[in-house]
Amino acid sequence: MLRLPPIRLESPATVRDAAKLIAKGNARLVAGGTDLWPNMKRRHQKAETVISLMSIPGLAAIDSSDTDIRIGGTATLANIIRDDKVRERFPAFAKALASISSPPLRNMGTIGGNLCIDTRCTYYNQTEEWRRSIDYCLKEEGTICWVATKSPRCWAHTASDSAPILCALEAVVKLESAEGERELPLAEMYVDDGIDYLSKQPDEIVTEVKVPGTSDSSQCRSSFWKLRRRGSIDFSTMSVAAAVWIDDSEIVTRASMYLGAVGPAPMPVADIASVLVGNKITEDGIAEIAHAARKIARPMDNTDFSPSWRGKMTEQYAAAALREIAGLPQLRMQPRHMLKVV
Amino acid sequence: MVKAFNVPQADETAEEDLKIIGKPFRRVDGRAKVTGQTRFADDVHFPRTAYVKLVRSTVPHARIRNIDFSGALAMHGVLGTLTGDELPEPFGIMPVSEDEHALAIDTVRFVGDPLAAIVAVSEDIAHAAALAVKVEYELLPTISNFDDALATPEPQIHDYADDGNIHKKVSLKFGDVEQGFDDADLILEDNFFYEGSNHLALEQHSCLALTEDDDRVTVYSSTQCPHYVHRALAKTLDIPGSRIRVIACSNGGAFGGKSDPFNHEIVVAKLALKLGRPVKITLTREEVFYCHRGRHPVQMHLKTGFRKDGTMTSQHLRTTLDGGAFGSYGVASTYYTGALQTTTYKLPNYWFEGARAFTNKPPCGPKRGHGTPQPRFGYEIQLDKAAHVLGIDPAELRLRNLVEPNTITSNWLRIGTIGLKECIDAVVKGSGWKKRYGKLPEGRGLGLACSAYMTGAGLPIYWNHMPQSGVQIQLDRSGNVAVFCGETEIGQGSDSVLAAVVAEVLGIDLKDIRLCVGDTDLTPVDLGSYSSRVTLMVGLAAKQAAERARDKIARAVGEHMELPQEALVFADGQVFPAHDPDKGIAFNEAVVIAESRFGTLGTTGSYIPPRAPGRFRGAGVGPSPTYSYSASVIEVEVDSGTGLYDVQKIWMAHDIGRAINPVLALGQIEGSIYMGLGEAVMEEQAFRRLPKRLSPALVHKMPSMLEYKSPGFHDMPEIVSYMIETNDERGPYGAKEAGQGPLLPIMPALANALFDAVGVRVDQVPIHPEMVLKALHEKQNGREARVGPHKFPDIDYGEPLIVRTPEQGGDGRATDDPKSKRKGLRSASGTMKERDDALKEKSSATLTTD
Repeated sequence: MLRLPPIRLESPATVRDAAKLIAKGNARLVAGGTDLWPNMKRRHQKAETVISLMSIPGLAAIDSSDTDIRIGGTATLANIIRDDKVRERFPAFAKALASISSPPLRNMGTIGGNLCIDTRCTYYNQTEEWRRSIDYCLKEEGTICWVATKSPRCWAHTASDSAPILCALEAVVKLESAEGERELPLAEMYVDDGIDYLSKQPDEIVTEVKVPGTSDSSQCRSSFWKLRRRGSIDFSTMSVAAAVWIDDSEIVTRASMYLGAVGPAPMPVADIASVLVGNKITEDGIAEIAHAARKIARPMDNTDFSPSWRGKMTEQYAAAALREIAGLPQLRMQPRHMLKVV
Repeated sequence: MVKAFNVPQADETAEEDLKIIGKPFRRVDGRAKVTGQTRFADDVHFPRTAYVKLVRSTVPHARIRNIDFSGALAMHGVLGTLTGDELPEPFGIMPVSEDEHALAIDTVRFVGDPLAAIVAVSEDIAHAAALAVKVEYELLPTISNFDDALATPEPQIHDYADDGNIHKKVSLKFGDVEQGFDDADLILEDNFFYEGSNHLALEQHSCLALTEDDDRVTVYSSTQCPHYVHRALAKTLDIPGSRIRVIACSNGGAFGGKSDPFNHEIVVAKLALKLGRPVKITLTREEVFYCHRGRHPVQMHLKTGFRKDGTMTSQHLRTTLDGGAFGSYGVASTYYTGALQTTTYKLPNYWFEGARAFTNKPPCGPKRGHGTPQPRFGYEIQLDKAAHVLGIDPAELRLRNLVEPNTITSNWLRIGTIGLKECIDAVVKGSGWKKRYGKLPEGRGLGLACSAYMTGAGLPIYWNHMPQSGVQIQLDRSGNVAVFCGETEIGQGSDSVLAAVVAEVLGIDLKDIRLCVGDTDLTPVDLGSYSSRVTLMVGLAAKQAAERARDKIARAVGEHMELPQEALVFADGQVFPAHDPDKGIAFNEAVVIAESRFGTLGTTGSYIPPRAPGRFRGAGVGPSPTYSYSASVIEVEVDSGTGLYDVQKIWMAHDIGRAINPVLALGQIEGSIYMGLGEAVMEEQAFRRLPKRLSPALVHKMPSMLEYKSPGFHDMPEIVSYMIETNDERGPYGAKEAGQGPLLPIMPALANALFDAVGVRVDQVPIHPEMVLKALHEKQNGREARVGPHKFPDIDYGEPLIVRTPEQGGDGRATDDPKSKRKGLRSASGTMKERDDALKEKSSATLTTD
């Protein structure tokens, strides 16, 4: 089987200790390990020291007692989905989490890990031996992006399903380092680059995600659609997360939409606000936003399905996500076995 | 859900009162499997085991200039290295294509081709050391697919190929094909493409070798064919076979992917002999994709002539196979892309041309259905098209063409019982076909397809007159019955079949049978778990051995009871007079009486298939003792806005002859459907050829379980299975195969269902949703509503071998065989050395396969 290289594993008891260790460099953070361990086995992520956050007490807490819901960085995806308040108040978020991988991996995988998950590409997520046979790629050790050989930049795609929906819901993350802590709107944590895809510094630890009470289902309607080959285990090849705030007279007051897996970062569809705010949701409006989504999406040949079809599907699923919010009948086939949120 | 239809058989009196056969009994290895007690190859451990990692080529085609082990040897814990010069003897499953070396000598032929081995005290160290090996290459041109191979005769990937990089060419013409087309009212010509796929058995290949005494080596391996591994080890290690023991562990799935002898088996055996300690390897999933031997990518051109009533007058099938870097079973695979076309519907005239190319990719070989799903896919779609043009219901069109039982086809295959009519009737009735086909709302549709498959290949891989299956029985005075057989349990239930047949004959409980299987030191040869041969061949060998044991006991007990032995019944663990069951004795007492009378008790049984009627070169591929038949209807729903579709329900009827164990047989049918659906919907062994100006690279696109897409449980629709029992006298208790046949109709049935749903044709698999969307787009724009290949390569298949059909009064021989007279070639058997000698001598002798 694939083997991990030798590593030094640290298990600090506090965030402060973890921050001190990571500040020394040549180290990586691990929580559930569902992303890092396979990547290290394939040798495209390397570290002499791995610092586990799982032994830090309290970092996995889910606090839904207040208006805002605060989720600790190492809360597992499975535990978040099991939280009644999360499911009730942020159903599209729960749905997105339930769509991530398989039950065993949701039992291990954490929210902090999913938000920071490495960008993916079929030229990159391969073993050392395989990557040698293409002389590596721009993202790791090589000089050419094989997805777009003339491109000066890396086109690996964002692989997080929690990111688009939490961006749409205007979530905020807390980052802690040896230098101190800061809060950052989640959408600002992502950078449109396959290599440097996070504005978070390597020595910063995602200790908390705050989902604002203003985004809960009493004020905000949200939806999440995910395109993939199999309704179980597969990563997104494209996803659409939408959140629309509607007043009592059905007029949209605020709206946001993010696309997943069709660019290095979750891609905002800004047109949703200009088209919908101040108006009711109409078929024409939906079509206009869906069309804009397709233009924003940059599907590349770096995952399953052909890029051009994923582009077409972006338009279809953007419309489907908005139809769901508007309570309009669905025209498109629902993804098979989209798992029910338990 | 099982519904067994019992078709009346010719000889009703043959029906016996059976206690186990035909009943749903628990598989004999079931408890061990579900409690984790089964010892798979990777579970085998010995003290002081050393671990091997193979160093594999990172370039697709090159000469090896230098291998630098210094970095690896400097690592603490590395025990040694191995290169190809220490294993100079070539090997290969087919005697005509022994083109492999355990480790590449001079030339590497694909990314993943092993060229050296590292052995170390731990797997971690072996892996790290393998990564530290530096190899210098002199690159050769990359040949990436069939068309590339056709256009690039030089350099040859193997110099023994028929023509440039075309490994094998076949052209067989049965009957008057041209006259047949002249007689047709409708001629359809279509191009099809069938993508390659991997077996994706859950268990990765694993192997452990250890030395016991001087010059003796024991090899535990996850193999379907311990006998062929045994032969390959004797050849490559250059030690007598009598000093090599191969033990086939229970396989965690195989599907054809473990039926070749493999590099890693030879390497660990060699290293065990060198080091004198146990040596082990377990492949990674990526390495399994490099061993491959999976479905060949096949392009097809199919031309068929029909009369207005739907009957067929003639067919011309041309195929190309992208074989990858080695021969493997490829010569047989090539023939199989044409051999079984005649087994379902009457084809009075038939011309088959096939060609297999060498390319710089992992070698293709046999995967469930071996070479036959590809042409079956094209054939069953073309029948659907013909039905539409002729205005005949597709089910009716097939029924009008059915092959008759106990006949010989135009290409000289002997057909046994055939339950295809009953199969079609079952799925037509079950799916409500007559009321629903062609009448469902837009976006929903039904598709039907049929198929046939062999119940065991008629000929062994290497030419010999010995049994293809042997069983030995040893009777102990405790009442224990030890059954020895070379068969290999790969999950299909072969252990259960073997035990059930013996238990049935001797009237004992399955628990009183001790099996010893798949061990070349201890068990008589069975050729292996391939070609759906085990139930029939092992079953009949076991039956013969058990009947001999029963007769011996009956004779002794008869003498003891002063009764004729015919009066004795063996049942419920007792031996008793039929007229007076209360006078019975326990089975173990009967054994004591027999052992007292005859001494130590043991019997053997064996099986050799009947001789096939074909006598032409190439007639060795296709014959089988009998054929299984399947029919399927698939219901699909299509989203015309996206091309996404959902397979909602599958009806499958399979002519199994007789189900030895209906529960296990049902599992085989459902498993076949599942695997077929994967090939129809998503599976593809796809490769990336990087831009030529930048790189020679040709790499497997996604050698991982996550990115190589195969359906999971969630992707399975509802299945309704029917088992049709035609009780074929050629099989044990009437049984035929169930493990491969039901895969074949799935792919064309889906394509046909999509046509019924939205009126578009997708003439290739896998059928991605974007293809459906593209075809719908073509339809909306008034163009041909079809996605599929438009061209077929321009290949010279050479002069056809002309064979007169039985209908024409032929004798099974070719009327004119200039090639064989010129070269004296064998087709699917014989050795490379014989072939080379024949070429040298320009012998005029015709060497045929039988």
